[in-house]
Amino acid sequence: MKFESQAVAKPYFVFALLLFALQIVFGLIIGLQYVVGDFLFPYIPFNAARMVHTNLLIVWLLFGFMGAAYYLVPEEAGVELYSVKLAKILFWVFAAAGVLTVAGYLLVPYAKLAAFTKNEWFPTMGREFLEQPTIAKVGIVVVALGFLFNIGMTILQGRKTVINTVLITGLLGLALMFLFSFYNPENLALDKYFWWWVVHLWVEGVWELIMGSILAFVLIKTTGVDREVIEKWLYVIIAMALITGIIGTGHHYYWIGPKPYWLWLGSFFSALEPIPFFAMTVFAFNMVFKRRRNHPNRAALLWAMGTGVMAFLGAGVWGFLHTLAPVNYLTHGSQITAAHGHMAFYGAYAMINLTIISYAMPVLRGQGEAASPKAQVVEMWGFWLMTVSMVFITLFLTGAGILQVWLQRLPDASNALSFMDTMDQLAVFFWMREIAGVGFFIGLLCYFSSFFVGAKSTSTVAFNG
Amino acid sequence: MAEVFTKTAARNIYIGGSVFFILFFLGLTFETVRSMPTRDHRENLTESVARGKLLWEENNCIGCHSLMGEGAYFAPELGNVFQRRGMANEQAFKGFLKGWMDAQPLNVPGRRAMPQFNLNADEVNDLADFLIWTSNIDNNNWPPNIEG
Ligand code: HEM
Ligand code: HEM
Ligand SMILES: [Fe+2]
Repeated sequence: MKFESQAVAKPYFVFALLLFALQIVFGLIIGLQYVVGDFLFPYIPFNAARMVHTNLLIVWLLFGFMGAAYYLVPEEAGVELYSVKLAKILFWVFAAAGVLTVAGYLLVPYAKLAAFTKNEWFPTMGREFLEQPTIAKVGIVVVALGFLFNIGMTILQGRKTVINTVLITGLLGLALMFLFSFYNPENLALDKYFWWWVVHLWVEGVWELIMGSILAFVLIKTTGVDREVIEKWLYVIIAMALITGIIGTGHHYYWIGPKPYWLWLGSFFSALEPIPFFAMTVFAFNMVFKRRRNHPNRAALLWAMGTGVMAFLGAGVWGFLHTLAPVNYLTHGSQITAAHGHMAFYGAYAMINLTIISYAMPVLRGQGEAASPKAQVVEMWGFWLMTVSMVFITLFLTGAGILQVWLQRLPDASNALSFMDTMDQLAVFFWMREIAGVGFFIGLLCYFSSFFVGAKSTSTVAFNG
Repeated sequence: MAEVFTKTAARNIYIGGSVFFILFFLGLTFETVRSMPTRDHRENLTESVARGKLLWEENNCIGCHSLMGEGAYFAPELGNVFQRRGMANEQAFKGFLKGWMDAQPLNVPGRRAMPQFNLNADEVNDLADFLIWTSNIDNNNWPPNIEG
């Protein structure tokens, strides 16, 4: 570790991974409810478990981004973090808010949680991904402000590199767009229009800046390629991301109220959105081929290349698949959407977090530049099991989606199957998805165990400390 | 570096491109918000519709259902349930919805189950008004057929 204060990243990473595990457990629960409809009913209804699954995803990704920033910003800026104490306090505030929110989802009916947190004073609850009680949303904003202040001051006091500038721009954008979660008009059409300013402008906008800068950082460190080259790539990637992704928001405006010209705008610009993701793949592979050193952390390099490929497949290919308006007319809100959502979130944002965690954890745990070769082998097993399982989850959901469109959407009204009857026809795909999900979970266990093998002397000490 | 495409050029494209498209997007948003009244028919957005939306949110209906194709994909689309289950007749639909909400959970073993939300008659009426209003938003004729 170059700077003491980087150590504060560790609890963020550890907690992120714990929430990730819990996210997958709930994924398996709702995956099973898809075929065994009354599983755990009425104790954990589908909607509650789904909220836990998706909200944990977002929260662990945010923990990971924060950990990444605490780790890489001091190193890039060449100074200690502005305030380690603030970072520690915010960790506990965010962790407490997260745990309380999830406990609320599971322990009381949602309407009770809404009443208890006085949602009627300032209604923001009950919209997909933004289900948190208003007070919890305020908590997120407070944590984000404190975090941005801390990171911002660090950068101001030190070197302003392209990487840390792009990272903080992305993080500022993340916080800024989240403010739209407080805008919830009585008019559903307007509500939906601005809801996408959080969801789409996150994953197909500012988060790409965060992802690009983390990837650039890890590639500089592990390949030793000239910073100038890497920074130029980073600019190209984020330029393409924003040029295509901002108007690309239009691919969500086809069928929720806005005028038909969005069909053209959304189709055109979002069809170009795969470009930045493709650039990231080429970037990662190029830098690895041009490497000037052989970094001992081969697992981190595998994650870095893997996130390039999987983000391109999930966001680029599976996104393109259903983004043109005539296709989206048939696939909108089907299992195709779920297929894409899974591979894109995993490939881009779960994997970029696992990349920086893989790179930073050995350093944070005092193992030197890399974990033992044995631990790395186990970690790479985790990589392959999770990634291949996710490919299968995506393929099975895509199969389900195509059949759903065929049975329910394409026929005329008198021949189309109802939604519920269609679901019965898709059961075999959902069973296979669930089996692939179990594969994913085994991969996750394998990944976790890599932290405990091969380095007995240091690992236990470091993990407790 | 003696290259044609320099880092500075890349940075300028990033900054220029994003500023341009942010402004373009804000302009389009302005136009969309201004033209929305003719699309969403807000003249029919009564207090009952607004209360219905709050009920929709506070019971997390979106956690299982989709509405105009957005939400979860576990249970049927409800943006057009007024046409599907109410034959686009207000009284018929309200009657259907009250019966439906009261009957939950259906308790068919193995079938996907919908919780009992304990809504009273006024609340179900508000919820119905919200769904009726929603079904009348001009959304470029989605979904393709009545099944959603
Ligand atoms: C890493 C980046 C991305 C992530 C994490 C992501 C994730 C998601 C998620 C979770 C949804 C479902 C939202 C909902 O619940 O309603 C969605 C929808 C969608 N995404 Fe992406 N996406 C990404 C990139 C892309 C790209 C690059 C494209 C286009 C090339 C794209 C095209 C779409 C479309 C068209 C929909 C709407 C599907 C529908 O109509 O039901 N996405 N995305
Ligand atoms: C064991 C593995 C998993 C299973 C069985 C699973 C299952 C599910 C199910 C059943 C849904 C709800 C679909 C619906 O609304 O009807 C869902 C939603 C979602 N899951 Fe997973 N999941 C798993 C892993 C993951 C992973 C690893 C990620 C991301 C890193 C993820 C991200 C999401 C997202 C973003 C949604 C919302 C999708 C949308 O709105 O289109 N899941 N998952
Ligand atoms: Fe999008």
